[in-house]
Amino acid sequence: MDLIKREYRTITAISGGLIFAGNIAGARLGEMCFIQLSDGRKRQGQILELSDSHALIQVLEGTSGIDTRSAAVIPTGQPARVGVSKDVFGRVFDGLGLPIDGLPPIIPEEYIDAAGLPMNPASREKPDFFIQTGISAIDGLNTLVRGQKLPIFSGAGLPAKELALQIVSQAKVAEKEDFCVVLGAMGITSREAFSFRKSLEESGAMERTVAFINEASDPTIERLFTPRIALTTAEYLAFKHGYHVMVVLTDMTAYCDCLREIGSAREEIPGRRSYPGYMYTDLASLYERAGRLKGRKGSITMVPILTMPDDDITHPIPDLTGYITEGQIVLSRALHRKGVYPPIDVLPCLSRLMNLGIGKGKTRAGHRALADRLYSAYARGIDVRRLIAIVGEEGLTDTDKKYFSFSDEFEQSFAGQGKSDRTIDETLDLGERLLKMVPEV
Amino acid sequence: MKKLKGAIYGVTGPTVVAKGLDGVAMHTVCLVGKEGLLGEVIRIQGELATLQVYEDTGGLSAGEDVVSSGKPLMVVLGPGLLGGTFDGIQRPLDRMKEAGTDFIAKGLKIAPIDLKRVWSFSPLKRRGDRAEPGMVIGTVAGNGRIVHRVMMPPDLNGGGGGGVISEIKTGGVTGTEPVCVLEDGRTIGLYEEWPVRRPRPFKAKLPPVVPFVTGQRVFDTLFPVAEGGTAIVPGGFGTGKTIVEQTIAKLSKSDIVIYVGCGERGNEMTEILSDFPELKEMDTGLPLSFRTVIVVNTSNMPVAAREASIFTGITIAEYYRDMGYNVALLADSISRWAEALREISSRLEEMPGEEGFPPYLATHLGGFYERAGRVQCLGEDGLTGSITVVSAVSPPGGDFSEPVTQASLSFAGAFWALDPELAHRRHFPAVNWQSSFSLYYEDLAGWLSREVAPDMPRLRARLLKLLQKDAELKEVVQIIGVEALQEKDRLVLEAAFITNETFLKQSIFNEADAFNTHEKQYWMMKVIFAFLDSAEAALKKGTYLEKILESTLRVRVINMKNWPNEVFVKEAGALIDGIKAEFGV
Repeated sequence: MDLIKREYRTITAISGGLIFAGNIAGARLGEMCFIQLSDGRKRQGQILELSDSHALIQVLEGTSGIDTRSAAVIPTGQPARVGVSKDVFGRVFDGLGLPIDGLPPIIPEEYIDAAGLPMNPASREKPDFFIQTGISAIDGLNTLVRGQKLPIFSGAGLPAKELALQIVSQAKVAEKEDFCVVLGAMGITSREAFSFRKSLEESGAMERTVAFINEASDPTIERLFTPRIALTTAEYLAFKHGYHVMVVLTDMTAYCDCLREIGSAREEIPGRRSYPGYMYTDLASLYERAGRLKGRKGSITMVPILTMPDDDITHPIPDLTGYITEGQIVLSRALHRKGVYPPIDVLPCLSRLMNLGIGKGKTRAGHRALADRLYSAYARGIDVRRLIAIVGEEGLTDTDKKYFSFSDEFEQSFAGQGKSDRTIDETLDLGERLLKMVPEV
Repeated sequence: MKKLKGAIYGVTGPTVVAKGLDGVAMHTVCLVGKEGLLGEVIRIQGELATLQVYEDTGGLSAGEDVVSSGKPLMVVLGPGLLGGTFDGIQRPLDRMKEAGTDFIAKGLKIAPIDLKRVWSFSPLKRRGDRAEPGMVIGTVAGNGRIVHRVMMPPDLNGGGGGGVISEIKTGGVTGTEPVCVLEDGRTIGLYEEWPVRRPRPFKAKLPPVVPFVTGQRVFDTLFPVAEGGTAIVPGGFGTGKTIVEQTIAKLSKSDIVIYVGCGERGNEMTEILSDFPELKEMDTGLPLSFRTVIVVNTSNMPVAAREASIFTGITIAEYYRDMGYNVALLADSISRWAEALREISSRLEEMPGEEGFPPYLATHLGGFYERAGRVQCLGEDGLTGSITVVSAVSPPGGDFSEPVTQASLSFAGAFWALDPELAHRRHFPAVNWQSSFSLYYEDLAGWLSREVAPDMPRLRARLLKLLQKDAELKEVVQIIGVEALQEKDRLVLEAAFITNETFLKQSIFNEADAFNTHEKQYWMMKVIFAFLDSAEAALKKGTYLEKILESTLRVRVINMKNWPNEVFVKEAGALIDGIKAEFGV
């Protein structure tokens, strides 16, 4: 810690959320600084790039009001750190970790670097513990396990947040005492923020939840910090205090758009759809923080939510996410219109870690085979549906007709369970019952 | 080479610009900053040198020291690699874990291999014998799976060719002492270092005439890759690339498997890391880890080390190839490597090519793929070895026209295209037989006819024809409905359905189905065509189509994949007889 407070009135350029400042002695990459405005207000910033004469600083609360004459840069000598504590449950913070629930700030037990360190792959514990979410399309066909990152691919106007909240409150029942929820919300509207809090309180999950909320009206750049603060808190709760943490991040699309904004302000060479070329690596630095560690009790399970622009699953945001996460739950507008809730389109869904978490002693022997048969039968039913559109029902064989009615029944009763909370046995029994509608091979 | 000292001039992302390293050579490794992070020189412009840093650059400050090591990026090669888990620059992750490192901090320095360990050395040469570069001078008792051959390094002490042995040891030796001394004073140890970006030398490349056995029907029968060949597995997310890679790592007939997890998921690596020591290799009954080296740089580990990881992997592969082994190198995924290259290129502000990838993408990629091959080893021992590369490609949006898939295509001899449509209906491996191909088939047809059955290539051609006919008929069905087809054509649809269910789909979770010998694959095709031919004959003789389609034999044919390799020929023969009897042929 410096004994003398250093101030640099060396800002030479301001562009978007970035400022250039000259000659900051000893500046470090990633170091946090304060920007002191002439009217006494303070902003936070982080050093993104260094040369021997200049530092490029990203200002968190926006550059509005900063000038090149009187504004001063005050380096802190520290990287971005998060003050963490166990007494965070029930609390709501803003995107930078300051309380917005009218209560005093927490008293940190520790300060941890927000960027986090990569887990040693050799230290990871195999994720094989089944989490019952109570949702048939997930438990039965795309099982979630502790330590997994399983995103929800949504579209504008689809009920992804409702589904996430249902998962959280139903998993809470099945997971019992060591369970907690960390919510990181980026760029959500105040209406959404309000409904999140309300739903969490109604389901009783709030007392086990800590929320970090960056609203749409907050400065965009804060969005880069919100998930990192949420995850650092989650890591502390999981690996220091043994909680099984479920992290819900929403909306990753807002996060990626912010990344693009910074990239273009830095005049970087843009990648696909002008998102930065390092977006895969950047997203991985968030998603890969899910997991379990050998010899430690807790776990981090992640359910990020993203909105597919124009429902396009090949858009870079869902595409890169799908390449990093261990599967995806995809919501369908067509099912939503049919009134199916949750509108999970099971065909493009996947849980890569499912096989580790199911079977005898975990869910039920024969779970895998049952899931595969449901998938094949449903896929065949959808084929028949396309066929009907062209040749009409007359051209169908009797077998095809059976698959056709199966696919309807599957959507209505198996996927479309509404707000009910099903045990894994209920889910699998229902699956077996439905399969009786179609021939065995 | 002399050691130079400069200072940090600028830092951006994973690259550092250093000043004052006058005369530093390209690709020299330097220690950067107070923590001594490893970096590699990738550009020199006047007095400024740009380095890609293999560790997180956060916290670096202008003016800190940059010290060159005078050497390029090297890997340590020797006994003890097998069963190990390393990061992209060969830091031992398993030993770091034992030392309590659950999260990888910066500046950790741990030797890749424990050099103090004592190995039992048995010489094959005597005092007075000549030793030539690449020649095996003795062996080390390894883990019981692989005999570790100690070779004279190809460029011992900077070259100088062969020499006469003046002293050679027997018995316990550690990594720090010589096992052999030459008359000119040069010494040979258990270990050698080799620069990762330089291919290890061999005597001659050999033609690809022996198949690389995966035990997977769709690969071995339809689109085989040769030993020493390269196969690429492109597919969008969720199509099963990683499962293909892991299946081959587990089941393929290889002496050595090098698994490179390049920019992929940590949780998926735990499966390999925790399962391989427990899973048994089929032929030997020994743990799979005994033949495996894992190089893993997950997506959230530093990108520059990700870029290095595939070269670290292939250099280790070449080392075992040089001992005369058949090595499989599995790279998952080469796209993540290309993205690392792109990320660093964009930090250097190089002129981007297609999709922002640097224009030299194909050249660099070729430099990697071309290190595969079946070779006559360098030494005079008449050994041959091979490296077969199977690399996953992750095209954005599943679009195969993107640069990494296209560049890989120009080097790969087998193309196993994965299809999301098939994956969605849980048809695994989700190989699209229409767009996949193998350029090796002509070269391998001789071996297949000789070792499996003379009509193996003919049956394969017939199977592909059947599938093609099926695709054409399905288009017609889309317009007029299946009931309007000729009965003969409906049999084709049925045979193609059976082929899909029993032959193309394969489950690694089912013991009898997981690995199939060539023989079983051949006889499965025999059964399928016996069914089709007999059914056609019966139809001609007036049997109703419904009766054929409802025959119980159909289910037996579909379930034949569950018969083990050992009894398959006998069972298949009986089934064919049953089919003929039922259809009255």
